[in-house]
Amino acid sequence: MPSTTQLTWRQRLSRWDVRVSPYLYVAPFFVLFLLVGMFPLLYTGWVSVHDWSLLGGKGDFVGVDNYTKVFGDQYFWVALRNTVSIFLLSSVPQVLLALVVAGLLDNELRGKVLWRMSVLVPFVVAPAAVALIFGNLFGDKYGLVNAVLGVVGIDPVRWHVDTLASHVAIASMVNWRWTGYNALILLASMQAVPRDLYESAALDGAGRVRQFLSVTIPMIRPTLIFVVITSTIGGLQIFTEPRLFDNVGLGGSDRQWQTVTLYLWELGWRIRDLGTASAVAWLLFGFITAFALLNLVLGRRLSHLHGHAHGRGLGRRRR
Amino acid sequence: MDTSTPTSSSSTRRHRRTRRGLALAAVTVLLAGVTAACGGGSDADSGDDGGPITLTVATFNEFGYEDLLTEYMDLHPDIKVVQKKTGTWEEHRDNLYTKLAAGSGLSDVEAIEGDGMPAILEEADGFVDLSDPEVDGRWLDWKQAAGTTTDGRLIGYGTDIGPEGICYRADLFEKAGLPSDRDEVAPLFESWDSYFETGKEFVATMPDTAWYDASKGVSQAMINQLEFPFEQEDGTIVATTNPEVRDVFDTVTSMQAAGLATNLDQWSDDWVAAFQKDGFATMACPGWMLGVIQGNAEGVEGWDIANAFPGGGGNWGGSFLTVPAQSEHPEEAKALAAWLTAPEQQLKAFEAKGTFPSQVDALDDPVLTDQVNEFFNDAPTGEILSDRAQAVTVQPFKGPKYADIIAAFQNAVLRVDQGQASPDESWDTFVSDVERLG
Repeated sequence: MPSTTQLTWRQRLSRWDVRVSPYLYVAPFFVLFLLVGMFPLLYTGWVSVHDWSLLGGKGDFVGVDNYTKVFGDQYFWVALRNTVSIFLLSSVPQVLLALVVAGLLDNELRGKVLWRMSVLVPFVVAPAAVALIFGNLFGDKYGLVNAVLGVVGIDPVRWHVDTLASHVAIASMVNWRWTGYNALILLASMQAVPRDLYESAALDGAGRVRQFLSVTIPMIRPTLIFVVITSTIGGLQIFTEPRLFDNVGLGGSDRQWQTVTLYLWELGWRIRDLGTASAVAWLLFGFITAFALLNLVLGRRLSHLHGHAHGRGLGRRRR
Repeated sequence: MDTSTPTSSSSTRRHRRTRRGLALAAVTVLLAGVTAACGGGSDADSGDDGGPITLTVATFNEFGYEDLLTEYMDLHPDIKVVQKKTGTWEEHRDNLYTKLAAGSGLSDVEAIEGDGMPAILEEADGFVDLSDPEVDGRWLDWKQAAGTTTDGRLIGYGTDIGPEGICYRADLFEKAGLPSDRDEVAPLFESWDSYFETGKEFVATMPDTAWYDASKGVSQAMINQLEFPFEQEDGTIVATTNPEVRDVFDTVTSMQAAGLATNLDQWSDDWVAAFQKDGFATMACPGWMLGVIQGNAEGVEGWDIANAFPGGGGNWGGSFLTVPAQSEHPEEAKALAAWLTAPEQQLKAFEAKGTFPSQVDALDDPVLTDQVNEFFNDAPTGEILSDRAQAVTVQPFKGPKYADIIAAFQNAVLRVDQGQASPDESWDTFVSDVERLG
């Protein structure tokens, strides 16, 4: 009965508990992730190397044929261009604007909670409803935006015809929805910045703007990177807004605003070729990963530089 | 590689899109998102033994079935019928194909839009053969043929058809110095030539109003008068080599150049708004379109309908009811579909939502022929649409790729409308789009 160690059964149990339990606690997430994250990802890869129709199911193994087909389709490149353009028009102003809004909300305001909650309202509104409302605003002929532009003497913009105009319209829907959300996340991390840093900066003679640039931004860097990456991922997957921008759903008469996800959906559900659609899904996955990594590197470097230029780094270098 | 039988979106078919329709579409998209997240397909419950059976009926737009389903439940106390309504055929079809592929989740009765039927016939194994001596000969021959596979399985029971007249604004006609009485107007719409010539006269005096609502509508109407527009019976695609199709394209784009078109995308927000702004004076008008006009032009006076259609007759739209093979109650579902598509019931649907019957016995029924539409200046719409149905001589052959090709064709027309491309450039893009469909 007594083993080499002097521990009782209960003690051994308790030791296992300490060692194993943490893994068990996090296991549900990973099991779930394997099931609904990893498995579909790999399965999509499997589908992408086969002839695979939505209804007929699996056909022959075709290797990289589906990928070459996608690369050979001019609409893929158009979709990629549109995606990047809409992404830039949405994510960049969105993060900058969120930063400013968060900076303003970080002040002592009357009715703080009300202000903070109200920036989240657009996020709560369903994207489909947003698309409906903006669809009316951005009518080419009878839309409200053009009516207002007309008052100031600007020619009507052809929102559903001109490529860039359609991107701006779609990006504005995306920004309307996500700016407040990102602002709240940034605000949360701004609240965690120790207040004495601002006092020291103030003593050193830094104004509000200088404090924001030299104290706030370097201090919230990790959160900022998080926001940049999530908005990159989201921005490159925009679907609902362009899908509902007209009633056909293919991104305009000349594919002016067909994004990669919309293109994927056209292949999978309209042309019903799941094999090629899966290939697009994998390409998009790779593309987003590359973009996110690039962002991570750039984000690190940028806010690093910032920190050095204005903060302790500068002093150190001087020495 | 050809692994699928595509149909693609086109805004050309029967969506009665009003603002409410759009809102419905939005809600459906939302719901689709939610149910997709939940895995969906949970409400297909059935009372196992002895209990009441629940049948689901999935439709899009307006079929006018609300009261009928209540009536059916009163007649069959052991059956509960639940209707699932979707805003547009596109949304409905995307959902349909997804669940057809998944092998579960479809309703017991699924509605199919006419232009989407050829592609559904390719997937006939997924549906119950509804052939029955009792319903044989119920429909117009061409309608029944459109729901039947080449090996003779009847997959879809016809609901309605879309015989076309021309709807017009009598008040604007008067202003332009044209005759406005519907009997005097009809001769102007006898041929496409006279229709376009009158249009040129009209826009010369009324420069702020276009002649017709959208090039898409006119080209749709003209394509529907061709016998083999895009495909031959053996599946050969002739869309880009058929001189008749090119003719339609050239005519429509040259009329656009002459200033007859609004240049608006049919069914877009601007198109809907144009009804309120005297945006145009005429439009091709299948029976189901009357409701669309009435909805979009609420408060506008002067609409009328002429008993004429350029180039003879034309049919636009009309649907079918099918029973998916995955239904747990195929017998009961078939019985329900047969009942709903019987002449008596279709007439009630017509009264409710203007869906013109495809059933032979309904066509000379007084309920239909005596119908008068107040909004259209008390026009005898029943009689007019019956005449229009008689005038349809050509039923275009529609193969499995019809819906995809017409979508590409409509985009080609729209690009010219929008000034995105010259007619020749746009045609070239159409050619490569069709090639891309494989």
